[in-house]
Amino acid sequence: MILQRTPLHEQHVAAGARLVPFAGWEMPVSYDGIREEHAAVRTYAGLFDVSHMGQVEVEGPGAQTFLQRVLSNDVAAIEAGGAQYSCLCNEEGGILDDLIAYRLGGDRYLVVTNSANHEADLDWLGRRSRDFDIAVRDVADRYAMLAVQGPHARGVVSRALGIELPARMHVAAARIGNRPALVCGTGYTGEDGVELLIDPEVAAAIWAELLDAGTVPCGLGARDTLRLEACLPLHGNDIGPDRNPIEAGLGWCCKEQTGFVGSDAIARARAEGTAERLAPFRIEGAGIPRQGNAVLAAGEGAGVVTSGTFSPSLEVGIGMAYLRAELAEPGTEVEIDVRGRRRPARVASKPLYRKEK
Amino acid sequence: MTLADASYPEELLYHPEHDWARVEGEEAIFGITWYAQDSLGEVVFFEPPEAGATVAKDAPYAEVESVKAVSDVIAPLSGEIVAVNEALADAPERINEEPYGEGWLVKVKLSDPAEVEGLLSAADYRKVLASD
Repeated sequence: MILQRTPLHEQHVAAGARLVPFAGWEMPVSYDGIREEHAAVRTYAGLFDVSHMGQVEVEGPGAQTFLQRVLSNDVAAIEAGGAQYSCLCNEEGGILDDLIAYRLGGDRYLVVTNSANHEADLDWLGRRSRDFDIAVRDVADRYAMLAVQGPHARGVVSRALGIELPARMHVAAARIGNRPALVCGTGYTGEDGVELLIDPEVAAAIWAELLDAGTVPCGLGARDTLRLEACLPLHGNDIGPDRNPIEAGLGWCCKEQTGFVGSDAIARARAEGTAERLAPFRIEGAGIPRQGNAVLAAGEGAGVVTSGTFSPSLEVGIGMAYLRAELAEPGTEVEIDVRGRRRPARVASKPLYRKEK
Repeated sequence: MTLADASYPEELLYHPEHDWARVEGEEAIFGITWYAQDSLGEVVFFEPPEAGATVAKDAPYAEVESVKAVSDVIAPLSGEIVAVNEALADAPERINEEPYGEGWLVKVKLSDPAEVEGLLSAADYRKVLASD
């Protein structure tokens, strides 16, 4: 399979990035090392090329009604310039994707998809759009996407690009590189910051400007450790079509009264409870949990690790696992079977890493 | 910080699975090569095997882990572990910084010193890397 390249591919190669295949794209996993990049985001500002993410535009008089039907959250509550996290679910309540919907104008929305799900999402949305007076467009080729994340990200971006930034979970139109762009107060690191949707033709110049302004280039490796410390689920690891939002701890973004696709199954799961729950944990001592490791409680099978890594901030192994519901409470002692060695661990509360105030 | 440039000291012997041995009489010190540590990235965890354990040529005897991945370490020669680099438990990054020095892994009393004949010179190991 030929891997797609982002508009910043040459910049990544020139910077000596380690490039890996990811969801059909050739993406930088790290530049100077995951730990340094991780620390840059926690203390200053990191710059990520996330141009592999997909974008879908939904426009027309029926846009809100349509999105209310297919997305789990209350789309009617998004004011113009607002943003909202949602699940896209199948009839059984399984999570096809998790995404952010941005209301760009009265009846115009932009949905940012996970790259691995982009084509399937488009197909799903397209087939369900026929009864609504709307257009569903794949606009992924229209944008390069940069994420600038960290406690100083906002200041650096507004100074470097001379633009005003929208508040957290909001979106604003701007001109970047003298081209139309969107600035989003969102991210996937647990830090404040923005995501920029810009014209691919100016991506290289803007990337260089943001680096000159002091941001540190960061790859998917740091993105993964940062999001896991923040307990943000990764579709394909922690959530998927075989898991519903209730067991995934995403009930907060499901408003069953809107009658969205999958809402009946999710209402049932909420009322009856689920057999398992996604829970964060940290290893007590040595060892690094990995995806697929078994979890044991009192020596018996208790669940499976869906994401595991070494936490650069906490300097211990951390992860998330689906556990029997009665075990998924903070403080519960479990063991993780890391390739035959049982590592003591304790269920934690979200997020695993919280900044000292 | 990692050692920036590839290096493969002439005085060491190499195993094609990216391990080195510094043979001194009937004992040898083992470690992983510059290529191995560079491929793995920053090492964040190494749990030394127990002294007294036996290792078999071509078989894994330990694991090194980076943030993203875990990798088996293959024994270049057979024998019994007589010393382990305990300092790596607290400072596994030494494997990146000095893969042939402070980042050594174990010291082994060789059970079959003739196995040394099967290892590669630095020049031959570079050819293995070039053909990968």
